[in-house]
Amino acid sequence: MLGAENFEGQSELLDELKERARGLVSSLEQNDFTGAADLIRQINEARDRSIYREVGKLTRGLHDAIVNFQIDAAQNSADQENISKIANAQERLDFVIGLTQRSADKTMDMVEEGIPVVEKLGADAKALHQEWQRLIRREMKPEEFRELYRRIDEFLGDTVQRSGDISGKFNSILLAQDFQDLSGQVIKKVILLVQEVEDRLVELMRVAGQVEEITGIFRAPDLAKVPAGPDVVPEGPHVNAHKREDVVSGQDDVDDLLSSLGF
Amino acid sequence: MKILIVDDFSTMRRIIKNLLRDLGFTNTAEADDGSSALPMLQNGSFDFLVTDWNMPGMTGIDLLKAVRADEKLKNLPILMVTAEAKRDQIIEAAQAGVNGYVVKPFTAAVLKEKIEKIFERIEATK
Repeated sequence: MLGAENFEGQSELLDELKERARGLVSSLEQNDFTGAADLIRQINEARDRSIYREVGKLTRGLHDAIVNFQIDAAQNSADQENISKIANAQERLDFVIGLTQRSADKTMDMVEEGIPVVEKLGADAKALHQEWQRLIRREMKPEEFRELYRRIDEFLGDTVQRSGDISGKFNSILLAQDFQDLSGQVIKKVILLVQEVEDRLVELMRVAGQVEEITGIFRAPDLAKVPAGPDVVPEGPHVNAHKREDVVSGQDDVDDLLSSLGF
Repeated sequence: MKILIVDDFSTMRRIIKNLLRDLGFTNTAEADDGSSALPMLQNGSFDFLVTDWNMPGMTGIDLLKAVRADEKLKNLPILMVTAEAKRDQIIEAAQAGVNGYVVKPFTAAVLKEKIEKIFERIEATK
């Protein structure tokens, strides 16, 4: 029943029990049944008092852990932020998704607008280059040359304008990477929050486990026996693939795995 | 060649759409979940399906199985493009009949190679 190994007051209880037990043995040897029965009662009471004391301490500890868990933040304004974070963790992560979405869209917009500009630039240059080759090979008639002369002028003007356009787009792409800083900050806060919640939960479980042991209601929970989930649980992008046996580390590994199975 | 792109993140759909366009596939449609993709496939005469795994309604692996179980759709070429990289998952997808498996992040070259390989195999079995 008194499963906890080294609870406080254990040595006092032992002393008391020893004393009573000696008294019990001596009463029995004298055939003093009434005395013996009384001593047995006293032994039981000593044990019960001890249990109640321990349970009292542990339930107080449990109570405190629960209270800390719930209202920690209400104490002062710095922690006030923690409470709103607990409530808003999901909102914050949604916010990060929004940030990264907007940045990705902006970047892709700039790229999609820029690609045709560059393609046209290339195409124009190629066409002019061919004409210029003709000029170099002296295959060009004077009126053709006048046309080329005009086109070169136009091309140069266009190129100045197009370069400015592309530079502007590069700049926009650069600025669009600001999501990293902002989302990084928000994510750090959520990480802290999660850590705090986990710590409190572990504390809660630890204290609850001790109460159960002392009162003999349940055996200490065997945490190793966490029920297994479904066999193949999707886990999303792997952060530490190289540390895991069951995760491949890249496209080459995927290809090797599939071909080794005949697919 | 009509291709359906399925992924719950619009950013990824856009990237794949652009890569496909660069490869010459300009006729594409999009769905954000397996559950909206399946009716599109059933009604839409698509020639190729590119799908993610993790989606909130119907996952990619369930979509794959549903397509393979559908009389009309069972031979549709399917390429999975996903962050899921556990061996068990890759094997499960292969056994369910996926034609190709690309893990994220991927390059344009990889996507191109896998698509071409799928079509080569299809040509070879004709």
